[in-house]
Amino acid sequence: MEQILKALLAVVIGVAAAVAYFYGSNKLLDLIFPSQTKDPADGARNLRVSGMIRPWLFLGPALLSLGVYLVYPVVASVWYSLHGASGDTYVGLANYRWMFGDSEFRQSMFNNMLWLIFVPALSTFFGLIIAWLTDRIWWGSFAKMMIFMPMAISFVGASVIWKFVYDYRGEGSEQIGILNAIVVAMGGEPHVWIAMPFWNNFFLMVILLWIQTGFAMVLLSAALRGIPEETIEAAVIDGANGVQIFFKIMIPQIYNTIAVVWTTITIIVLKIFDIVLAMTNGQWDTQVLANLMFDWMFRGGGDFGRGATIAIVIMVLVIPIMVWNIRNARKEMEGR
Amino acid sequence: MYSHKKSPLVWFSHITVLVLVVLWTIPTFGLLVTSLRDKDQIVASGWWTSLATSTQNLIYRTPGEAGQTEEGGLYINTGNALEDGAGKVSRFGTSSLSPEEYEVGQTVDLDDGMQLTVEENGDYRLTSPEPFGRRGERIFVTAEIPPRFTLENYRNVLTAEGIGQSFLNSLTVAIPSTIIPVLVAAYAAYALSWMKFPFRNLLLAIVVGLLVVPLQMSLIPLLKMYNYIGQTFDVPAKTYVGIWLAHMGFGLPLAIYLLRNYIAGLPRELMESARVDGANDFTIFNKIILPLSYPALASFAIFQFLWTWNDLLVATVFLGNSEQTIVLTARLRELLGSRGGNWEILTASAFVSIIVPLIVFFALQRYLVRGLLAGSVKGG
Repeated sequence: MEQILKALLAVVIGVAAAVAYFYGSNKLLDLIFPSQTKDPADGARNLRVSGMIRPWLFLGPALLSLGVYLVYPVVASVWYSLHGASGDTYVGLANYRWMFGDSEFRQSMFNNMLWLIFVPALSTFFGLIIAWLTDRIWWGSFAKMMIFMPMAISFVGASVIWKFVYDYRGEGSEQIGILNAIVVAMGGEPHVWIAMPFWNNFFLMVILLWIQTGFAMVLLSAALRGIPEETIEAAVIDGANGVQIFFKIMIPQIYNTIAVVWTTITIIVLKIFDIVLAMTNGQWDTQVLANLMFDWMFRGGGDFGRGATIAIVIMVLVIPIMVWNIRNARKEMEGR
Repeated sequence: MYSHKKSPLVWFSHITVLVLVVLWTIPTFGLLVTSLRDKDQIVASGWWTSLATSTQNLIYRTPGEAGQTEEGGLYINTGNALEDGAGKVSRFGTSSLSPEEYEVGQTVDLDDGMQLTVEENGDYRLTSPEPFGRRGERIFVTAEIPPRFTLENYRNVLTAEGIGQSFLNSLTVAIPSTIIPVLVAAYAAYALSWMKFPFRNLLLAIVVGLLVVPLQMSLIPLLKMYNYIGQTFDVPAKTYVGIWLAHMGFGLPLAIYLLRNYIAGLPRELMESARVDGANDFTIFNKIILPLSYPALASFAIFQFLWTWNDLLVATVFLGNSEQTIVLTARLRELLGSRGGNWEILTASAFVSIIVPLIVFFALQRYLVRGLLAGSVKGG
């Protein structure tokens, strides 16, 4: 109860501070440069000056926050990656040399590549299929809601859900994990799914696939609805069947959305960490970059140099998508 | 869109979508069902069997001398072998070798002059000419047990496992981390849409670029900075204020981008007519833009709330795992390590942690979809 009150108080104070800043700073500006003056020329000049200052008042808190929490860290991470464990001694490229020679890092790179190949592709594929099929059935919106639902669940919550699906009991006792129960019912052997090197990566990927398919479906569904009817009607008149219409008429018209979905999920995959941490913590050859980095932040009292170096690798992998995004946004703004 | 005749394609759609929906919902459903089961039953049988009446072999031990009464020279133990749960006993026995020896309802003679009766509803009566020993007798019953559900696991985790405390911690993190960025981002988005100043386009490009900067980049420098500030000013390095600011910083690029897309799409005439009436930008924003932007603000707020509630990484690094401040996701991860086999605890805890986002999701789904489309599809 006390904590609820504290939290409420904090919310009120935080919001009040933000409101007070915007209100106060703008009032102050109007006081210093009043637009209603005796001499109209003065008024006009004041208006111009306050017009030059006001945008920065509006932008101030946001720019400060972005600068401290996102821009500065990028620069600082580069600096830390050239320094030792505690960030004091300059070590040149030693961290990078260590990294490329480290078997754990290579394992993480390999696993991240697997994730990058399969998760965006399968999420987009399933999302597209579901978006296309649900458009033609009467309970489609309900079906979409159910597929979309895992998006609201945390990665850790999803890990618990799937860990239970993959649960293994020794020979002879009844399987309570549904996957092993099905395998046994089919006459197979139960397995410890998350401890089978190489294949366990795919069992972890299923969790992210389960979460991200709904996102892909929502975007692609909207894109499919945006396709002009005439193009489809023309194809029908020319005697195309459903599958042909789908692949030859619809898909080419939604390439752009597919690209957006693909890149968004790619970035999520590059940062994937919670699932691996909760399911295996990188054991049985499932380590990925983001979890390895997290590990080095705290391992042996924390090695900030090595951690930052791994973070740089993730950043470098993201840069092409960043450039592509900025290019697209530019194009869009010119279109306005 | 299509003529709705029952073509094979429509049937194919129905069946495929049904299979996919079942695949997608079964895992969560299994978690929910399991969290409502008795902890002994969870490990004894799969959750899918708990929805139907099942035949179970149960072992019950009578209380022995602790629960005996005396009646005309006979010592008696009475009670219910199903522990007062619902069920229908068909057979019973007194040894593990032949647990189904006797028909229910009859009185049988055991060793040492003892007699035992077990009724269909599980009530039993055990009599003996001698006082009972410290350990009671075992009764084996075979019974048809209907589905049985309990809230015991929830009671347990909310108090004993600290889930209740973590629930409050998560709220304490998520609510301020949602409200404050919305306000800050709205002003910035307005400035980037309708105010003239140098470097406007460059700033926009930077915001779009920052959309994809991985969190991992920020962790180490900020952790160092927080520790440094903590040491210099002699304040704790891991505080709620620290995590609110961190969540604001990480959420702002998306917030500004989403809101700017929306605010820039508002008709120019609105601002211009207000300006003619002598309003300055501050008045225009408060009186016109803010009320009109509620849908977009709501969209982002939902995103930010889900993200901050579900986040594990930021909370672990900036708030730590102390008993007072640990959030639900971090607690759940700890339980996965320490209580790996206790599914009654794991499932109930997990469900407590996902219930809030699920409520938000089902109640405000429309805004969520709108936000997704605005954030990525042109003109969405």
